[in-house]
Amino acid sequence: MLEKKMLTKRFGIVNPLSIKDYIDNGGYISLRKALTMEKITIIDEIENSKLRGRGGAGFPVHIKMLSLAKEVSDVKYLVNNADEGEPGNFKDRALLENDPHLTIEGMIISAYASGATKGYIYIRGEYNRAISIMKWAVDQARDMGYLGENILDSGFDFDIEVRTGAGAYVVGEEFALLESIEGKAGRTRVKPPFPTERGLFGKPTLINNVETFCNLPFIIEMSGKSFAKIGTPSSTGTKLISLSGNINNPGVYEVPFGVTLRDVIDTLGGGVPESRKLKMVQLGGACGPIIPEFMLDLKIDYDRFEDFESKTGAGAIIVMDDRHNLFEVLLRIVEFFGHESCGKCTPCREGHIQLEYLVKKFLYNESTPKDLFSLESLARVMHQTSLCGLGQSSPISLISTLGYFRDEYHNRIEFAGKE
Amino acid sequence: MVKIKINNKEVNVKTNTTILDAAKENGIDVPTLCYYPDLHINSDCRICSVEVEGSKNLLTACSTPVKEGMVIRTNSSKVLNARKTITELILANHDTNCTACVKNMKCELQSLANQLGIDENRFPSVLKQQDVDDQNPSIYRNPNRCIKCGRCVDVCKDVEGTHVLETMFRGHDVQVTPKYGKFLSDEDCTFCGQCSSVCPVAAITEKDDSIRVLDALNNPDIHVIVQVAPSIRVSIGEEFGELSGGEWTGKLVTALRSLGFDKVFDTDFTADLTIIEEGHELLHRVQTGGKLPMMTSCCPGWINYAEQKYPEMLEHLSTCKSPQQMFGSLAKTYYAQSEKLDPKNVYVVSIMPCTAKKYEAAREEMQVHENIPDVDAVLTTRELGKMIRQMGINFKELPNDEFDNPFGITTGAAAIFGATGGVMEAALRTVSEVVNKEPLESLDFKDVRGMQGIKEAEVELGGAKVRVAVAHTLKHAKQLTDQIKEGTSPYAFIEVMTCPGGCIGGGGQPYGTTNEKRQERINATYQLDSEMPLRKSHENPYITEIYEKFLKEPLGELSHTYLHTHYKPRGKLK
Ligand SMILES: Cc1cc2nc3c(=O)[nH]c(=O)nc-3n(C[C@H](O)[C@H](O)[C@H](O)COP(=O)(O)O)c2cc1C
Ligand code: SF4
Ligand code: SF4
Ligand code: SF4
Ligand code: SF4
Ligand code: FES
Repeated sequence: MLEKKMLTKRFGIVNPLSIKDYIDNGGYISLRKALTMEKITIIDEIENSKLRGRGGAGFPVHIKMLSLAKEVSDVKYLVNNADEGEPGNFKDRALLENDPHLTIEGMIISAYASGATKGYIYIRGEYNRAISIMKWAVDQARDMGYLGENILDSGFDFDIEVRTGAGAYVVGEEFALLESIEGKAGRTRVKPPFPTERGLFGKPTLINNVETFCNLPFIIEMSGKSFAKIGTPSSTGTKLISLSGNINNPGVYEVPFGVTLRDVIDTLGGGVPESRKLKMVQLGGACGPIIPEFMLDLKIDYDRFEDFESKTGAGAIIVMDDRHNLFEVLLRIVEFFGHESCGKCTPCREGHIQLEYLVKKFLYNESTPKDLFSLESLARVMHQTSLCGLGQSSPISLISTLGYFRDEYHNRIEFAGKE
Repeated sequence: MVKIKINNKEVNVKTNTTILDAAKENGIDVPTLCYYPDLHINSDCRICSVEVEGSKNLLTACSTPVKEGMVIRTNSSKVLNARKTITELILANHDTNCTACVKNMKCELQSLANQLGIDENRFPSVLKQQDVDDQNPSIYRNPNRCIKCGRCVDVCKDVEGTHVLETMFRGHDVQVTPKYGKFLSDEDCTFCGQCSSVCPVAAITEKDDSIRVLDALNNPDIHVIVQVAPSIRVSIGEEFGELSGGEWTGKLVTALRSLGFDKVFDTDFTADLTIIEEGHELLHRVQTGGKLPMMTSCCPGWINYAEQKYPEMLEHLSTCKSPQQMFGSLAKTYYAQSEKLDPKNVYVVSIMPCTAKKYEAAREEMQVHENIPDVDAVLTTRELGKMIRQMGINFKELPNDEFDNPFGITTGAAAIFGATGGVMEAALRTVSEVVNKEPLESLDFKDVRGMQGIKEAEVELGGAKVRVAVAHTLKHAKQLTDQIKEGTSPYAFIEVMTCPGGCIGGGGQPYGTTNEKRQERINATYQLDSEMPLRKSHENPYITEIYEKFLKEPLGELSHTYLHTHYKPRGKLK
C-alpha cells in the first residue's frame, strides 16, 4: 500500500456541497474536542506532531502559531493560502473541491489555539468551482454554528471570508498576498517584521497553506505523537503529490513521507506513456530542481529536498520524457518567472530578461564559454539576493541542470555556429 | 548591546541596529542604492547584500537587524560578485551616458559602478526608450535613467503626503511614474522637488535654467541682477564639499560677481519687507474681522497645493507675494526707475533652495509689466554650484564681499526665513512690538523652532492671547488646514513650508539632504541671526527708506499693486 489516504479519505465519499455529509463522516468532531482543550495544549500537540507547512517552505507550524498567540493585539488574522499558482500544482484545488470543510475545520482549530479573530481564504482566481464550493461551505458552517459568534457555545468568536486572487502567481507569496487582500498591487514587503508581528492591515497574521490546515483535525483526533509516527522522523504525516507531465496516470496522490519518487512515478503513475524513456523530473513545480532518471530513488522528505536549496515541499512531480529539449524547458520556465516577477527587487526584475537572453543563446547554438560563466553567476546571484521566494527559487531549476546536465551545456558550446 | 563579528573583528553594538549602521559605526562602509536615511526601508535594490554565517542567502544590510553572535562578511568575493552583477543588471537597463548627464560626478549609481570596478558589462542593454517629461518649468523627469529605487515615491507619499508618484506595472515593465497621467503636470504635483533631492541618479532633476542665465550674462545689452534666498548661504558650502554654515556668504557674493552679475542683492531684504506687509495684513484682519487664521504665502509649493486641494479656502492665504516675487516686482519698477533702466533690459535671476520657485516665477500673476516676468530665471543651489564649478571659479579660495544696496541691508529676522518657524518668529518680533508698543524682552521664540512637524505658541498681543502654529511638509499642513475646514482651528496665524525643515531642506538644496543635515543648517541659520546687529524687520533702515521714497505705507496702494497677489482654484498645474 503506497498510498495512505488521510486528508483525501472523504474524496468521492462525501458531497462537497453537504456539510451534513461531512459531519456524518466524522467531520467537526476534532473541533468539538479542541474547544474543550487548553489553547497551549493544542499548540503542544502540534509541536509533538512535527507538522511542517505544506505550501512550500516547510516551516514548523507550531512556531508560527505560538508567535501569533504571543502577540497582544485587538485583532489577529488567520489566512488560508489557496492561491496555488505554481505550474504543476493542483492538490489544493483537489482539497477545496472534494472536501471543503476539512480545511475550514483546521482553520477554526488554529484560530482558537492562536487567538485569531478573523480569517480569510485566498483562492486563486481561476479556480471558479473551488471558489463557489468554499463560499457555500463557509456559509453552511456559519449557519450550523461552527463560525461566527460564540462557536458551539464555547464563547469563541471567529469568522471566515473568501477572497479571490487577482491572477498573479507571486501573490501566493505571503506578503504579496496580504498586500493583495489590502487592495494593493500584490508586491511583497521586506522582512522582518514577519507577518505574525505585522501582517494584514499591520496586525499580527498567521498564514498557512490549505493542506497544512487540513492536517490539524487529524492531529487533534489521534494526538501529535501518533501523527508523528506516520512518515519519516523529519517529515511527518502524508503529502499530497500533484503528478503530471509524460505520465500514464496523472493526478493527485496522497502518500506518507518517505516513499521514493520512483514509487510514485512507476507504481502510482503507471510510468511514462508509449514506453518512452524518462529523461528528467522536475520537483515542486516550475521553481524546483530538475533531476535525471538515476536519482529517482530519492525519498520524498523535506530534508532530502533541502539538499537542492529548494522549497520543493508543495509536492509537484513533473515527468519529462526523452523528447524534451532541456533548453526549451528552461526557456519556458525563465519566461514564466520573468512574466510573474512583481518587479520590486533588482535581481529578479532585471535578471530574468538576461537569463532569457542567455538561455536562448544555448537553445539556438550561439553560446560561448563566457555565456556559461555569465549564466551560472547570474542565476546564483538571483538565487542569493532576491527579495522574495519567487526570485530566490526561480533560478533553482536552471542551477540544478548546471550540475546534472552540464554536458548538454558543453555540447551546445561546442556546436555553436557549426549547425 | 549584542556582540557580533564583522569582517573578523569582534564588536559590541546596540540591540536592534541594522547591519548597515553597525558596520558604519565600526568604520566599514557598505554601499547602498535604494536606502535613504529618514525614508521607509524598501530594500529592493539588493546592493547592500552581505554574507551572514548560517544564512544560505545573502542578507541586505539596510534592513537586517543584528543578532547576538552574528558573523558578518561585508566584502567577501561572493558579496562583491553579487553587487557587481546587480549593478551590471541595473546598467543594462539604464540610459548610461555619464558624460552627457547632469548627474555626472554626483551620481550614486556612477560612483557605485566605479567603486566596484566595473569596466565591462556582461549584459547587453535592454533599455526601451521612453519619453522624458519636460512639460513643466520646475522638474525634469527622464524615465530612461530611473533605477526603480522607490525613494521618490516614498518622499512624495510618506513625507509630503502628496502621493503623485507611484511604482506602476509589474516585472520588467515596472516604471516609477506619475500615478495616473504621463506627465507631472497631469497630476496634483506641487513641484516641491523633494523627489529630485533624493533621486540617486538623473531620473528626476530640476529643470536646468543655467544655460538661459549664461546667455543673459553674456549679452552686453542686458543688465543682469541676482538675488540670493536666505537659506542658500548656510548650504552653498556643501556644494564644494564643506560643512553647512553661514561663513560662506561673503564668498558666495564674490562668486556671483565673478559669474558676471551686474548687481548682487539679497532676498533677505524683501523677506523683511514681507514681514512688514504680512504683519500689517494680520493686524488688519484681526482688527477688521477678516478671514482667520491667516496662512503664510511665501512657499510656492504650499500655494500650489492650496490652489489644487483647498480651492474654497484660498481667502485664508495671506495676499503677500513671496520675498522672491516682491524682489522681482521692485527690481522692475523701483530699481529700474532709480537706475534709469528700461525694465525690458533688466534681467532678474534668483538663487533659490527650491524647484517650485521656478513655477512661481513663471506664473502670469507675477508680471507687473505685461509679458515681462518679474523674475526671469530661477536657479537652485545645485545649479549655482554647478555654474561656479563650470566657470572654473575656485570657490573656497575666494575673498569675501558684501551685497549691493539698496537691497543688501538685512536683519536676523529675514535670515531665519529659511528654517521652519522662521517666518512666524520674524513676524512675531515685528507684530508684537508694533502692537504692544514696547520692545520685546527676548527675541527668541523657541517654541516655533525645530524639526517637530507641527509647532504651536501663544503670544500676547495688545492684552489678548493669540495662538499661532507652524507646519512643515504638506502632510502636516493638511492637518492644520483640515482643522480650519472643520471649524476647529484655534489659531490666528499659521506658517506653512512644504519642505521638511523649511527652505533649508528645500528640493533644490545640495544632494545628501537628510534630517541630520537639516538640523545642521537650522543651527547655522539661528547662529547667523544671533550675530546680526539688527534682528527685527521693522528696524531695517532701507525698509523705512523704501516706504518713504516709494511705497508710502504698508498695505497702501502701491503695495497692493506690486507686493500683493491673488489666488485661483486650479486643477492640474499646466
Ligand atoms: C512566489 C511564491 C509563491 C507562493 N505561492 C504559494 C501558494 O500558491 N500557496 C501557498 O500555500 N504558499 C505559497 N507560497 C509560500 C507562502 O509564501 C508561505 O510560505 C506559505 O503560504 C506558508 O504556509 P505553510 O507554512 O503552511 O506552508 C509562495 C511563495 C512564493 C515565494
Ligand atoms: S524576487 Fe521577484 S517577485 Fe520577489 S520581490 Fe523581487 S521582483 Fe518581486
Ligand atoms: S544617472 Fe548616473 S549613471 Fe546614469 S548616466 Fe547619469 S551619471 Fe551616469
Ligand atoms: S515635486 Fe513634490 S509633489 Fe511633485 S512629484 Fe516630486 S515630491 Fe511629489
Ligand atoms: S525616479 Fe529616481 S528616486 Fe524615483 S525611483 Fe527612479 S531612480 Fe529612484
Ligand atoms: S540599499 Fe539595501 S537593499 Fe537597497
